[in-house]
Amino acid sequence: MKNVNMPGKATLVAAGLAAAVGLTASVAVAAETVVMAVPNFLTGAGAPAFGVPARNGAEVIIEAINKGSLPAPYDKSGKGLAGRQIEALYYDESGGGTKQVAEFRNKVQKQGVDLFVGFISSGTCAAITPVAEELKMLTIFPICGTPRIFEEINKTPKYVFRTMGHATADGVAEARYVMANMPDVKGYTGINQNYAWGQDSWRDFDLAMKQLMPDVPASDKAQWPKIFSGQYGTEISALMLSKEPLVHSSLWGGDLEAFIFQGSARGLFRKKKLLFSVADTSVYRLGKKAPAGAILGARGPYGIFAANVDTPLNNWFRKVYSDRYSTPPVGGSYQAAQGVLAAKHAYDKAAAANGGKFPSTDQVIAALEGSTFQGIAAKVHMNRSNGHQAATKHMIGVLEWDKEAGEPIMTKVTEFGPDCVMPPPGVNGTEWLKGGMKGAKC
Amino acid sequence: MQELIVILVDGLVFSSYLFMVAVGLTVIFGVMKILNVTHGSFYAFGAYMSATLIGIYYETDLPEFGGFVAIFLAAIIIGVVFGIVLERGLLRFLYHRDEHIIVLATFAMFLVLEDVLLMIWGTDPYFAYQPMALLESVDIAEMTFATYNLTLIALAVVVGLGLWLGLTQTKWGKLLLAVIFDREISQAMGINVTVVFLVTFVIGAIMGALGGAYIAPTISVSPGIGVEVIVLAFAVVVIGGMGSIPGAMIGALLVGISRAAAVHKFPEVELFVIYAIMAAVLALRPEGLFAPAQARKI
Repeated sequence: MKNVNMPGKATLVAAGLAAAVGLTASVAVAAETVVMAVPNFLTGAGAPAFGVPARNGAEVIIEAINKGSLPAPYDKSGKGLAGRQIEALYYDESGGGTKQVAEFRNKVQKQGVDLFVGFISSGTCAAITPVAEELKMLTIFPICGTPRIFEEINKTPKYVFRTMGHATADGVAEARYVMANMPDVKGYTGINQNYAWGQDSWRDFDLAMKQLMPDVPASDKAQWPKIFSGQYGTEISALMLSKEPLVHSSLWGGDLEAFIFQGSARGLFRKKKLLFSVADTSVYRLGKKAPAGAILGARGPYGIFAANVDTPLNNWFRKVYSDRYSTPPVGGSYQAAQGVLAAKHAYDKAAAANGGKFPSTDQVIAALEGSTFQGIAAKVHMNRSNGHQAATKHMIGVLEWDKEAGEPIMTKVTEFGPDCVMPPPGVNGTEWLKGGMKGAKC
Repeated sequence: MQELIVILVDGLVFSSYLFMVAVGLTVIFGVMKILNVTHGSFYAFGAYMSATLIGIYYETDLPEFGGFVAIFLAAIIIGVVFGIVLERGLLRFLYHRDEHIIVLATFAMFLVLEDVLLMIWGTDPYFAYQPMALLESVDIAEMTFATYNLTLIALAVVVGLGLWLGLTQTKWGKLLLAVIFDREISQAMGINVTVVFLVTFVIGAIMGALGGAYIAPTISVSPGIGVEVIVLAFAVVVIGGMGSIPGAMIGALLVGISRAAAVHKFPEVELFVIYAIMAAVLALRPEGLFAPAQARKI
């Protein structure tokens, strides 16, 4: 036993001191950063259309914030969030609400996350909202669309924010666009996935149409394919047999692209006018295969709708993103980047109000509540749901192929102000629609 | 009348799709008594490989119709490679285990392969529309159909007939049937069950991969496509009777045509129809419509 190299007392003391110094140093380093969890779909069917573009959009902005290289109006805001570097923790949103709630708790309680900026699925956001409030964790939803987050699940949020308009704005903008550009339309039908997003999208468009164009009938045979079914032959036949000339669709990602391939082969887009509420996610990938002449939305002023927004911030974002990922940023990229910018705006504003010292979470929340900040392509007004729900302008247009530029472009674009398409503060979206959209300022 | 014809054509196309994704699953279960969840991976890998080969092919100046060779080549490559690797590398160690353990093992492998797929092809979708565009469209009852989709009916008939004839009219098929009937007696009579299992698994894998490879030109080949398919394939196989090829065909027809009628007449119950049929069949005939009666060993 004597041959065993046991540490002496002096060694143990030295080791203990070293460990203590190391621990202190590590705590000191940790204290200098803000740990930002960035959950998005990185695997599964949601990854290509939303998840990966969102992750990439967030990454571009986070890196620029850390370097202090954001263009105006953030060019004088210094590095990091209130001077502290962001330590980004990208992870996968796949697996459903239960798994994500467990992951959220794990990130908060074991990994010391300071804030979350992410979540794409409305289902995930619905599951996370009460847990974020329970754990007092600042959580910014940059993308998910269901109005139920602040209209049903939590009407008095403190820790949860959403930095883009919700699905009601999409339906209203689409219906207003149809009223202005297709006044003689004889009827409308739809094809939407049979889950929360598809059902909410159709409900809001249908309700808005009933108010704006009450004499235009809706089909009683709107199509409800299963999400990720990928096979739309029968639905396309049913749409082609229907008498309604306008087809509303909130299909996205692989489902949308499969529908476009299968519909193009059968002449659907020559026979019917298609209105796609989130097809911007696919137009760059589809290129010439994207159906020219279709009406398109991007859930706001994002993606292809921001292609011609000539500001230093937008020009920089599109260039850096396109150079790095070899494709222009789509809606999800913009929306995720906007969520990170919300954090930047809130931390810096809170620090300024705190005499330059790093702010507490409550101070950051107070700074973000009800504020207005510059997104990548538009102003974001946090003026709904007690200052926790954003309203932005909305854009709808017609997709065409620019032969000279060799890329898709938007034409006949109409811009709707935030107060034209979002329900007024404190008003439930569905009730607002049913009541004739009173108070809308268009 | 027009709507009736359209429902029939739509139903046949969708039934053919269902049969193509289900037949490999039922062949493997029929012989090996394995509920193979990795079937969804065969489908997904078949689709990705098909899209990749089609993409490469149409970069060349070779004749356009040659693109169809890429589809079948993709199915064979994936089926043979995955069939051999999985059967020899995993399943043969589990044959003596409980069936539930094997289901869990194939499910675990399915999850692993989903990640392998992402490592190889990434998250970006792949498009391989050229073969579908090449065949253009035809009008039936004043309705335009993509010719490529109609060829799926022919492919399903050829595959179904081929497997049925192979099983009932060839020596190899009779060996398979003997193993299906009684694995132990077959082994005692000198049949090399190990080889039978391997060949069966490879054939089943090729069928699964062919389903994905042939569908690839009509879809956006993207992550997650194998998940949906496995659920549908299970439904069809359960309805028809697990392990029965005619059962898979009838199950596919039943589901496909009922679904087409629902989409045209009552679209809100489209989802309900498939699983309502499955529930009804399970309630009335739990072994499925065409599963042979099983003698219970004592």
